[in-house]
Amino acid sequence: MSLLMKLHFKMSQHTKQRIAFTILGLASAIVIVPVIVIFAILIQKGLPAINCQFLTAMPRMGMRAGGIFPAIMGTLYLVAGTIVVALPLGVLAAIYLVEYARQNFLTRMIEVAIVNLAGVPSVVYGLFGLGLFVIFLKLGVSIAAGSLTLAIMILPVIITSSKEALSSVPHSFREASLALGVSKWQTIRCVVLPNALPGILTGTILGISRAAGETAPILFTVAAFYLPRLPKSVFDQCMALPYHLYVLSTQVPNVKPALQYGTALVLVGMVFLLNFVAIVIRARIRSRKQW
Amino acid sequence: MNKIETRDLSLFYGAFQALIGVDIAITEKMITALIGPSGCGKSTLLRTLNRMNDLIDGVRVTGNVLIDGKDIYGEKTDLVELRKKVGMVFQRPNPFPLSVFDNIAYGPRTHGIKRQSELEGIVETALTHVELWDTLKDKLDRFALNLSLEQQQRLCIARLVAVTPDIVLMDEPCSALDPFATGKIEELMFELKKAYTIVIVTHNMQQAARVSDRAGFILLGRLVEYGETRQVFTNPREKQTEEYITGRFG
Ligand SMILES: Nc1ncnc2c1ncn2[C@@H]1O[C@H](COP(=O)(O)OP(=O)(O)O)[C@@H](O)[C@H]1O
Ligand SMILES: [Mg+2]
Repeated sequence: MSLLMKLHFKMSQHTKQRIAFTILGLASAIVIVPVIVIFAILIQKGLPAINCQFLTAMPRMGMRAGGIFPAIMGTLYLVAGTIVVALPLGVLAAIYLVEYARQNFLTRMIEVAIVNLAGVPSVVYGLFGLGLFVIFLKLGVSIAAGSLTLAIMILPVIITSSKEALSSVPHSFREASLALGVSKWQTIRCVVLPNALPGILTGTILGISRAAGETAPILFTVAAFYLPRLPKSVFDQCMALPYHLYVLSTQVPNVKPALQYGTALVLVGMVFLLNFVAIVIRARIRSRKQW
Repeated sequence: MNKIETRDLSLFYGAFQALIGVDIAITEKMITALIGPSGCGKSTLLRTLNRMNDLIDGVRVTGNVLIDGKDIYGEKTDLVELRKKVGMVFQRPNPFPLSVFDNIAYGPRTHGIKRQSELEGIVETALTHVELWDTLKDKLDRFALNLSLEQQQRLCIARLVAVTPDIVLMDEPCSALDPFATGKIEELMFELKKAYTIVIVTHNMQQAARVSDRAGFILLGRLVEYGETRQVFTNPREKQTEEYITGRFG
């Protein structure tokens, strides 16, 4: 301790600043390095496996050969189902909280609940979905149950980002519209929502990209271990990329590593693509927004 | 009959009383100016006339506001109808982030006019009314926020004119504009007076003297003096009015 203190006294401001910068720089590097390494490994080991057949064919020989087409499609179905449920529900909830709710105990409770929901581990959502949708509501292990579970999981993200987007629409737009004798609901629909839409979409896409990558919520609610065909309806099970990856890695012996890495690469690629879309949308709003 | 009349009008923001027993009678097709130091309650009074204060939590109003003899704080008041009839121009020009055309067509559209030809007619009339038609007739698809501030304020007035109100409330409509643009908007007010009853809030005394027929002086939530503009400015009845006008405070 005393040694440290002495050091501290001897060092000039300049040296101290350089040390601080170096430490900060190292910290950021430590954050970036795993991302780069993961990507490098995935591309190096997974890219050789990826070809047209891998993306469009059914798995064969107990998933040790063939493609991952049903898993890709399953994830797309789940994502679509999740959007259909979570987007309207989340946006309507945000509209209520921002535009209608008065600041009272109930509103505060709702807000606290939303924050807490965002911190619930995904496996808890999975069990909740199993209990409510699969068993109680008798949806069975199905795309419907899985989408609903994922939707509930990403609702906090959608509600929070939609609330922010709605609140950032200037009050003067609302006043201008109301002062023209336009009703409150019409004002929200015609002025507030269009101006909040880009922000809402960004949040939705981030939520969706999380939904696409989670395994736990779909584990008990929709995911099929091995189903080399496409689902027939929303009450059918389906395969999904994250679960398929889990299965390939731990449940099936003697799978070629290229197959596992290829699957991981497709999944990460899809999530990145979604995030990238969100970033592009946000950048476009920033450049267009003049208020 | 008076177009607008308030009777013992008081307004509270929570526990704070911003208007204290205001009685004012506003005549049709005239410009009535509300003057007074900043924070005295001019905007608050103006906004009671189309019930824009309702948007603020914790506002309580007592007394009456009669428009064409009907109490707008009565139970049967339809806020949408009221605000169609009593329009408002704000301190900062606040066009929507849309094209010029869509800004003006916004009101009529939401009120149910869908035919494009009809909307085009309305836009032309409204822009002509605010003397923007010649400048903008070939640029109706221009983004409204790219216009100059004066043009934006004119556009906001045109947007209002397009829903054919009866009364136009203006809350310091020129405070964001330079003197030249201010003069232009004042000329426009004279033009609008032929068709509308105008109530304007301003802290600019010269402006009140130039444009208004009647003037009311407000101080700390009370309407201290109200009368013909010339009388209020040259021969005020109240000492406080005189002090304010001669620049002793405010
Ligand atoms: N939303 C509000 N909540 C609480 N007090 C307010 C609110 N708006 C205005 N006031 C207060 O009411 C008084 C009158 O305000 P205002 O009508 O805006 O004054 P003016 O337009 O004459 O400058 C001021 O003291 C102001 O602080
Ligand atoms: Mg004011």
